[in-house]
Amino acid sequence: MSSPDPGVVIIWSDSVRPSGPPVAAGSERPRVQSWNKLGQRAVLLGVPLAYLAVLLIGPLVAVLQGAFADGVGAFFAAITSANAVHALLMTLAMTAFAIVLNTVFGVAIAWTICRDRFFGRAFLGGLVDLPFAVSPVVVGLMAMLLFGSHGWFGPGLKGLGVDVLFSWPAMVLVTTFVSLPCVVREVTPVLEEIGLGEEEAARTLGASRAQTFVRVVLPNIRWGIAYGVALTAARSLGEFGGVLLVSGGLAGKTETATLLIYRELEERHDATAHAMAVVLACASILILVAMEVLKHRRDHELRQSGSKS
Amino acid sequence: MTTTGIQPVDMHPPVNDRRVRRGRSGGLGRGGGIGLGLATAYLSIVVLLPLALLVSKAFDDGAGAFWDAITTPEAWAALKLTMLTGIGVAAVNAIMGTLIAWVLVRDQFPGKRALDTLIDLPFALPTIVAGIVIVALYGPSSPFGIDLAYKVSGVFFALLFVTLPFVVRTVQPVLLETDVAYEEAAVTLGATPWVAFRKVTLPALWPGIRTGTLLSFARALGEFGSIVIVSGNIPRRTLTAAVLIYGEIESGHPEVAAAVSTVLLGVAFGSIVIVEALQRRARHELA
Repeated sequence: MSSPDPGVVIIWSDSVRPSGPPVAAGSERPRVQSWNKLGQRAVLLGVPLAYLAVLLIGPLVAVLQGAFADGVGAFFAAITSANAVHALLMTLAMTAFAIVLNTVFGVAIAWTICRDRFFGRAFLGGLVDLPFAVSPVVVGLMAMLLFGSHGWFGPGLKGLGVDVLFSWPAMVLVTTFVSLPCVVREVTPVLEEIGLGEEEAARTLGASRAQTFVRVVLPNIRWGIAYGVALTAARSLGEFGGVLLVSGGLAGKTETATLLIYRELEERHDATAHAMAVVLACASILILVAMEVLKHRRDHELRQSGSKS
Repeated sequence: MTTTGIQPVDMHPPVNDRRVRRGRSGGLGRGGGIGLGLATAYLSIVVLLPLALLVSKAFDDGAGAFWDAITTPEAWAALKLTMLTGIGVAAVNAIMGTLIAWVLVRDQFPGKRALDTLIDLPFALPTIVAGIVIVALYGPSSPFGIDLAYKVSGVFFALLFVTLPFVVRTVQPVLLETDVAYEEAAVTLGATPWVAFRKVTLPALWPGIRTGTLLSFARALGEFGSIVIVSGNIPRRTLTAAVLIYGEIESGHPEVAAAVSTVLLGVAFGSIVIVEALQRRARHELA
């Protein structure tokens, strides 16, 4: 009965129900109890939005507002003190280490899990996820048990003159551990999605495994890797529980930005802590925006490779 | 559902037919062997070895000592609080996360894209910063007159914040793939919107909800940075297991810390294993 031409519908409905409500063109859904529906929609939309306002938007506004509560001058004085600058550099260094290690090994792990068949493959996949499930404090404890003065490697390394615990190697280890799954988790689905076709073609045409990887695989997964790197950066910047235990938290030496926040709070220097918190919050918001851009690139790439094969 | 002879293809994420082909590429090449060795060695050193050490430390003085360590009043209360808040937070996430994903996919409103980006904020924001912000907003000097600091409700709120993205991000992609037509068909055939949702859409979303809920539970168990700021860490009241572990290490009882850690790890790893198994079964069903 219905027609795609709106004119016909109007004439038809007018002749049958002259006083009825106008029927929108193309609307074949039963439009009953529109007030009731409006109420339902208000609840369906209102409840989650209110929840997000309390949980997410409020805190976001509070961070940005807290930045300049004591004026711009005080804010910059707080974050340019020698300790603060050193803490920020320390955080950057930890993040850089974690990104490099986890990108190199993360891509290797993802490729192995996706492309090779071997005994214990599923177990390896589960192992990769584990750092997400382990509390950062437990990670710190594990590092202490390994490298502490009574740990497995501690005394041996001490003999060699290498201090791991309460020094940067342990901090790198902990930061790398907690952000290990980021790259793997992002690259694995892309590898599964693009499939074997191009790789097999390259191999058939005589490319070595290394050549295939650099020329064929890498260009396909670059945005996946980039997204994973952004996640790694976010996770590493904010690492706290683990490094709190293994760093010793010496101001100006082994103190990262999050540790500085904690110490300043303990010492009742709330303004300094808040200023540093704002710096970290801005960094993570920047990463969030970068992630949004990368996500679109990656999805675009996935669609392209999907239509190619 | 398939008895009609019509495959409801649009109801589910597309099945990757290349997965089948992948199985043929059996034998490891020489390069493959190196890759496998590298991956296994890295994971063993970075993940497996520390884990083994932790568990062995927990049972250093036998199972009796382990049991004593986790049943001291403080440790038991902390474990109970952690498990109960974890379950509660997971339950709230299951419902609110699904609802938020629903709104983000199906509804239109100004600022939707910005909100979609913001959902990931709790992942990106350092947890200690989250703690500071929560205290600033809902603490003693709250502009709204709501004081959650040093209370169990504060712990609960902080956990809700840090676990917000899990269910949203696991349900959203599935919801994007499902076709509204099936729901509309159900409504046309006389189902109320709620029945249509429950009988048509929810079954498709269920695996995503389950995965997200379990992940948020595992994440809630281990949360430290925000809790240590918000909860006040009052033993037997707001002291969670992760903070207790920190305290025990600082006061020189690594074996107690190791025992409590082992319990946390066991529960968290258990839920991750369940997630993996469920995902594999879901994939199997689709294939």
